[in-house]
Amino acid sequence: MNTSNLFRIALRAINKNKMRAFLTMLGIIIGVASVIAMLAIGQGSKQSIETQISEMGSNMIMIMPYDANSPGGVRMGPSDVQTLENKDYEDIKNKAEYVKAVSPNATSSGQFIYENNNYPSTITGVAPAYLEIRQLNIESGYMFTDIDIAQNNKVCVVGKTIVDNLFPNGQNPVGKIIRFNSIPFEIIGVLESKGYNTMGMDQDDVVLAPYTAVQKRILSINYLRGIYCSAETEELTPKAVESITKILAANHHISDPNAYDFEIRSQEELSTMLTSTSDLMTILLACVAGISLIVGGIGIMNIMYVSVTERTKEIGLRMSVGARGGDILWQFLIEAVMISITGGLIGLLLGFFASYCLKVFANWPILIESWSVIISFFVCTAIGIFFGWYPAKKAAKLDPIEAIRYE
Amino acid sequence: MKTIIKLSDIKRDFQVGEETVHALKSVSFSIEEGQFVTIMGKSGSGKSTLLNILGCLDTPTSGTYLLDGTSVQAMNKDQRARIRNRKIGFVFQSYNLLANTTAIENVELPLMYDSTFSSEERKKRAVAALETVELGDRMLHKSNQMSGGQMQRVAIARALVNNPSVILADEATGNLDTRTSFSIMKILQQLHSEGRTIIFVTHNNEIASYCERNIVLRDGRIIEDKYNSKILSAAEALEKLPKEEEL
Repeated sequence: MNTSNLFRIALRAINKNKMRAFLTMLGIIIGVASVIAMLAIGQGSKQSIETQISEMGSNMIMIMPYDANSPGGVRMGPSDVQTLENKDYEDIKNKAEYVKAVSPNATSSGQFIYENNNYPSTITGVAPAYLEIRQLNIESGYMFTDIDIAQNNKVCVVGKTIVDNLFPNGQNPVGKIIRFNSIPFEIIGVLESKGYNTMGMDQDDVVLAPYTAVQKRILSINYLRGIYCSAETEELTPKAVESITKILAANHHISDPNAYDFEIRSQEELSTMLTSTSDLMTILLACVAGISLIVGGIGIMNIMYVSVTERTKEIGLRMSVGARGGDILWQFLIEAVMISITGGLIGLLLGFFASYCLKVFANWPILIESWSVIISFFVCTAIGIFFGWYPAKKAAKLDPIEAIRYE
Repeated sequence: MKTIIKLSDIKRDFQVGEETVHALKSVSFSIEEGQFVTIMGKSGSGKSTLLNILGCLDTPTSGTYLLDGTSVQAMNKDQRARIRNRKIGFVFQSYNLLANTTAIENVELPLMYDSTFSSEERKKRAVAALETVELGDRMLHKSNQMSGGQMQRVAIARALVNNPSVILADEATGNLDTRTSFSIMKILQQLHSEGRTIIFVTHNNEIASYCERNIVLRDGRIIEDKYNSKILSAAEALEKLPKEEEL
């Protein structure tokens, strides 16, 4: 018995009972469609989180000062710890491996004033490389340069929120002088808008100035609030972190990792935390959908079982004209798998359609990954085999003499 | 003349609860190629058991069975399935056609289980077999669109299609009216005249007079085995019947 004949026999059998085959398929169709749609929703929301994180710079590394004093003493928050210095920044910039951009960070909060408008915000002292690290772009004007850094120039680049609040009449802010705690800063550039991030923070509420100007002209300090770096690639982030750690440990003369007076965080950790939530949701949704797929599989088993009983006489005849037990087994198994695969394909299309509708009408982020399609397809085949096996085995074991006289 | 079937000392016992039922008690006979034999007997005489053994659906408890030179009794299930596929054609009382399936697909069925046939060859053979039973014009009719006589002729075509060593007919006219029965007998006689070996199992005495040889069973033994000196023609009998509307 060759396989093509078996397929032909199974096809004829399905063809004879189209309505029943379709109703059997319905369970699988609904199961697969819901698995596809649920995974699409889960993957879509995960992707949108990841996109937002990568907009913040997925290969970003943050170095914060850390108070390593043992419990008992007065512990201080990171902003009051004065362990990171400009030398650390210079060394990372010059010596660290796998790091492509470094910027120090010194901040101060206060009121910005332009004519009779004012707005509370934070002035962030950075190096020009900060734009690359945070993936910011200049919309108009230009970014300050290393010369401005060297000369502690009082220039700044502002975000859209600052522009909207200080220049409500739509004047061009470039070239205007705003005051921060009565210290004048000239606006030399405006940043492209980035909107709100996943955590609901306004990414346009920002004023960037040379870190030397912030340190010396506003705060009168010589330490840093933090250092931002970006690794060459996202994959190289751990190696970059390792290299930075070595440099800082050497600079600070600390050999015990528990005693480090700095803390290094990569964006990866944030991304893992956020995506794990959406992963959990995806798994939950897929499990619920998977249950409906199993119910669909039981439907197949049920129908195949009835079908074997109903076709006992036919099985007897097939055996008497030369079908072996194996041929009968394969016939019913192929029939079950064909029903489940056809149902699976229809379900796949329905799932695509449902996902598309969610995207268009409900505006949900949707992403259909090729692996979710492949998995559903294999699960369908497996369900067909698993639930088709028992009825097929029962058919193959029939005694031809009894089967052919079965009424 | 070649011996197609040779049974020697065939016994078949069934275990029913505590009791052993001896369905066949030492049956021996040979059938030559081209013979048309009836096996008769009342219900319970063991003819169904004998038919199952002849048809390789069942194996004897003891004794030897040679079918076309091959020893059958030691074969396993799959080997017997294969020999049924190649050497035996069955015709059943209740036709046993696949429901809602065309005549040609029904006839093709045995060849579907023989991988040596291509689909063209299969079709060619099925068409030839249907033409032999005068159903050349009904090939695409479905089994539920046919009369009993037509269905039985499709069943005969199905039994012929694998060019078997022997055709086993089990009460093949049992469900049919007199006229249709004669037409089926006519076809079987015609096949016999072409050299086919046919074994017809029946409890109807009348059938015997249309066959060459008659074996009678009672209580699991052969009580009579004689050749028919005057074989009646089913075609003539059909002529003599009062004219009716064609089937």
